[in-house]
Amino acid sequence: MGSVGAKEIPVLLSPEGLRIDGRRLDELRPITIHVGALKNADGSAFVEWGANKVMAAVYGPREVHPRHLQQNNKAVIQCKYNMAAFAVDERKRPGLDRRSQEISKVIGEAFESVVFAEEYPRTSIDIYIEVLQANAGTRCAGLVAASLALADAGIPMVDLLPAVAVGKVAGKIALDLKKEEDNFGEADLPMALVPQSGRLVLLQMEGHMTEDELAASLELGVQGCREIYEKMKAALRERYALGAGGPA
Amino acid sequence: MKPGPGTYRTGGKVYASVLGLLSERPPVVQVIPLSGRYIPKTNDTVIGTVTDVQGTFWLLDIGAPRWAPLHMTGTPWQVEVGETDRFLRVGDAVVVQVESLDPTGRIGVTMNGEGLGKLDGGTIARISPARVPRLVGRNGSMIDSIRHLSGADIAVGQNGRVWVGGSPDAIHRVREVLRIIEENAQHSGLTERVESYLLATTPTDAKGPAVPPEEHAHRDAPPRNPNAGEPDDEPIDSLDDEPTEPGPE
Repeated sequence: MGSVGAKEIPVLLSPEGLRIDGRRLDELRPITIHVGALKNADGSAFVEWGANKVMAAVYGPREVHPRHLQQNNKAVIQCKYNMAAFAVDERKRPGLDRRSQEISKVIGEAFESVVFAEEYPRTSIDIYIEVLQANAGTRCAGLVAASLALADAGIPMVDLLPAVAVGKVAGKIALDLKKEEDNFGEADLPMALVPQSGRLVLLQMEGHMTEDELAASLELGVQGCREIYEKMKAALRERYALGAGGPA
Repeated sequence: MKPGPGTYRTGGKVYASVLGLLSERPPVVQVIPLSGRYIPKTNDTVIGTVTDVQGTFWLLDIGAPRWAPLHMTGTPWQVEVGETDRFLRVGDAVVVQVESLDPTGRIGVTMNGEGLGKLDGGTIARISPARVPRLVGRNGSMIDSIRHLSGADIAVGQNGRVWVGGSPDAIHRVREVLRIIEENAQHSGLTERVESYLLATTPTDAKGPAVPPEEHAHRDAPPRNPNAGEPDDEPIDSLDDEPTEPGPE
């Protein structure tokens, strides 16, 4: 994630087993979610996850642009992940780059496996993810935000898609890496879970870990995803809170 | 229980596929969506704007997943091939009815029918399609009361587009009412709240509190193009401003 300068490697794990920000190894950063943050979009969500701030907007199903991408039997899912120039300490060169293309692709494909796209042939479901502030784990935060935006847009899906990264920090498996842990740790393993089926629809890895560590990481990650899943459902309930009078 | 709309079945269990309210009417279980774009149903009356003009048809944006073609034969006008743009242009607003739907999602609409036609003047506001039943109320109680107390002409499309005509003040108050409904649709006592807002803001130019609204003579049918059948060269100011569409913040 960009250059960090020639600083010394920070102490990632204290002798007491606490991480650089005081978390335990299996602890998530604090997450706050605001569903429906944008008025113009069909669905939207703003997620603050540790120091990450990510906005997602969903439009559609709507007419496909450009036309040639249209599919006769299902909706196409077009995902665009972008990081603002001011999202990191050293200015990120704005616009498309290999990293954002890759993330757009993997997130779009994750959603293709949960959205019932056959219900809307010849249309497009457009997902926009804007990272306003980055501190490692933005693809997971973006996925969570986009998933909530899709739900807010009334799009039929198998389930919400919670996501989290697990990594190896100072020789230990740790949940939800923050920037220093990502930069100076030994491995990073983002994943997205379909809670309904227990399937993973996104899994990437950077760095090295043993087979046993990978197994432990997956287990920890799934557990983290389930924790995030509860937060996501709570955020949707809050947004659509029903008054005493019940539905109209 | 049979999985109905808004659900799917897997492994012998039924799950919700959309965010919404559970409705169990044996033998069908379904989820009624609380949000989302307008999903067309046949015989729905909807308000659309022209997005494209072709030789024999117009394409309308009715807020559905796809644009709806309105064929020139589906209008009360004598339209010659190639002269479609003399009748409707991009940006014009119309009231049409959903006539046909096919499995590929194509939406056929017609302008032949009572209360259908081109909209002139006024402004178009948007609410979430899921809130339309709330806006209309039981047997139209809510919308009648809004018409009466605001003095505005109002046409409600099932797609959540609401045409409002009348004095600028009346339009403003109706837009505010729409916002109130959008944000409080789930709450009880909404009708009272809307009525008290309208009563409190009724202009008191003379004296007495509730000045009777000026023009509820034609407050029923949505206004028709007065010179229907004639191409209309006047640009209309149906604005699509401030879409309140998918719901309150």
